[in-house]
Amino acid sequence: MRHNRIAARFAALKAEDRAGLITYVMAGDPDVETAFEILKGLPAAGADLIELGFPFSDPMAEGPPIQRAALRALKIGMTLRGTLDLVRRFRLEDKDTPIILMGYTNPVLSYGFGPFAQDAAAAGVDGLIIVDSPPEEADELSEALDIAGISLIRLTAPTTDDARLAIVVKRTSGFVYYVSVAGVTGVKEADAASVAPAVVRVRAASNLPVAVGFGIKTPERAAEVARIADAVVVGSALVDEIAAAAVTSAPAAAKVLASVSALAKAVRTARLDVNVTSV
Amino acid sequence: MNAPSPNAYTAYPDANGRFGDYGGRYVAETLMPLVLELGRAYDEAKNDPAFHAEMSGYMTHYVGRPSPLYFAERLTQHFGGAKIYFKRDELNHTGAHKINNCIGQILLARRMGKTRIIAETGAGQHGVATATVCARFGYPCIVYMGETDVERQKPNVFRMNLLGAEVRPVTSGTGTLKDAMNEAMRDWVTNVDDTYYIIGTAAGPHPYPAMVRDFQSVIGTEARAQMLEREGRLPDAVVACIGGGSNAIGLFHPFLADEGVRLIGVEAAGHGLSTGQHAASLTGGRPGVLHGNKTYLLQDDDGQIIDAHSISAGLDYPGIGPEHAWLHDVGRAQYVSATDDEALSAFQLCSQLEGIIPALEPAHALARVGDVAKELGKDAIVLMNLCGRGDKDIFTVAEALGSRL
Repeated sequence: MRHNRIAARFAALKAEDRAGLITYVMAGDPDVETAFEILKGLPAAGADLIELGFPFSDPMAEGPPIQRAALRALKIGMTLRGTLDLVRRFRLEDKDTPIILMGYTNPVLSYGFGPFAQDAAAAGVDGLIIVDSPPEEADELSEALDIAGISLIRLTAPTTDDARLAIVVKRTSGFVYYVSVAGVTGVKEADAASVAPAVVRVRAASNLPVAVGFGIKTPERAAEVARIADAVVVGSALVDEIAAAAVTSAPAAAKVLASVSALAKAVRTARLDVNVTSV
Repeated sequence: MNAPSPNAYTAYPDANGRFGDYGGRYVAETLMPLVLELGRAYDEAKNDPAFHAEMSGYMTHYVGRPSPLYFAERLTQHFGGAKIYFKRDELNHTGAHKINNCIGQILLARRMGKTRIIAETGAGQHGVATATVCARFGYPCIVYMGETDVERQKPNVFRMNLLGAEVRPVTSGTGTLKDAMNEAMRDWVTNVDDTYYIIGTAAGPHPYPAMVRDFQSVIGTEARAQMLEREGRLPDAVVACIGGGSNAIGLFHPFLADEGVRLIGVEAAGHGLSTGQHAASLTGGRPGVLHGNKTYLLQDDDGQIIDAHSISAGLDYPGIGPEHAWLHDVGRAQYVSATDDEALSAFQLCSQLEGIIPALEPAHALARVGDVAKELGKDAIVLMNLCGRGDKDIFTVAEALGSRL
């Protein structure tokens, strides 16, 4: 069952007493084959879970790096269907690494919630994050995903108070994604001191693992967050590697995967330091 | 007959901000608490007589309301059909209807204790209106404007700067209104504590579509009373142009319960509906989610938003306010379109026959008013919202007509 890939991975992480690394890349960025090469290489490079973005023309919550990634993907004709094709190819090689699709409502609505959920499950998708679908608007989508056995993973933010947190986590499964800064992706830097109490709060409200993202760019920062959260999400920094590689004609996949290895090493060793402040 | 009684059309949106299936609050979780807080603050203000009294004072003495109801005698003769009336909202301070909404929202922002104002603008009319109220009430103001629009609406950029606002050109996407709105949303999500976002049209997450409509309803409320006084009866049809649709919903809403009054919205058909280069979301789009609400959108098979085209920067938007989407589906309002060329002809006709240079936006409405007047015949009355004046458009029009300024 699909649910279990996410749960199994977090159980394994807990057994190892380490945080997971979740890497975000955009489907079709910079082209289909390079994106597939990156995707295929992520588990060996140390990604514990994979977030795969599907492009949208108007990504309201993204900073410039992911905006540009979406434009690159759209330019080569990437679609939500094309994104599922990539997942299908990935699953032929990897049966265990959870894949979470991340994007905006309209492409999914346009596909149809029911058909999308069925096709995504068949392709091997484990979870879905829809940035612009708060719980108040998500009943129909939740039902379609429940039937297909896909987790709807919710975002909580610094602006989410306790009363609202209860509403947000109600229909969340898999894990909860804590947005560590008020802002768009990849601009502000997360502050570990303010993230720590928020992680405790979200974990207590949800009884689910908590992943922290939006504003984690370096191995150092990833390690700091790995000491307090169940998983660390890095996206914009990886996507920027793809953009930079395109400028210098460097091999994008190798550069991205090298960055992932460095991040994974930092995350995996974070709690081994002597002076840890573990929660 | 003085006050229309409420009917099935006037009870929306529901508590979740829905007009039938449309509307809602499709925003990122970071913004959701802010949007909910805004909804509560607006509900309180709406029910506070002091808020209305203050707003009404500024409407009278600062905006210059009520705007006149004008019998367009020569255009009536020209078309040879129904009597044509203009609601003269182009005579408002700042030259368009946009100021009505900005007065309401700046008073709300002050009430909420916000200290920084942001806005998006297409043609620049909403940007100018926002910069104006920010100057008047002493707020720092940042206006996001697509770089394409910055280029074609230079006089308005200069006006905003004169008023003390910072205009930030937006280069993402195609650099038009939708991209400016994305960027304003990104600013809001980054500055959650001190910033108030004044959306200029009856779209966005709830409560914006209802709130902007309420603030713009002064147009229809005045026009309805003025028409009763002048003609002793209601018009047979009311006509307004539609980009996001704030002037149209402001005119339509007070007539929703008057079921004998036809409501006609005119979308921008750009180079023609068949060319794909237009901004007619109801005529050429399908339902989807953008900018916080569910509504009709120009989009491709994958749900990617397609760039709109119109000669009028104020109509150059791939969506439409959710209440229009709903009025369209239930059939209470009818939506037609006018091309760039038709709007240009109407622009010149109005200038030459009435001595009024209209904005390109209401020139689209005027392009269909002739058809409606002819269809309804001499005994009928057509009311059109002349929602903006055309000074800002003279460069665009000159270029389209091959003149050099």
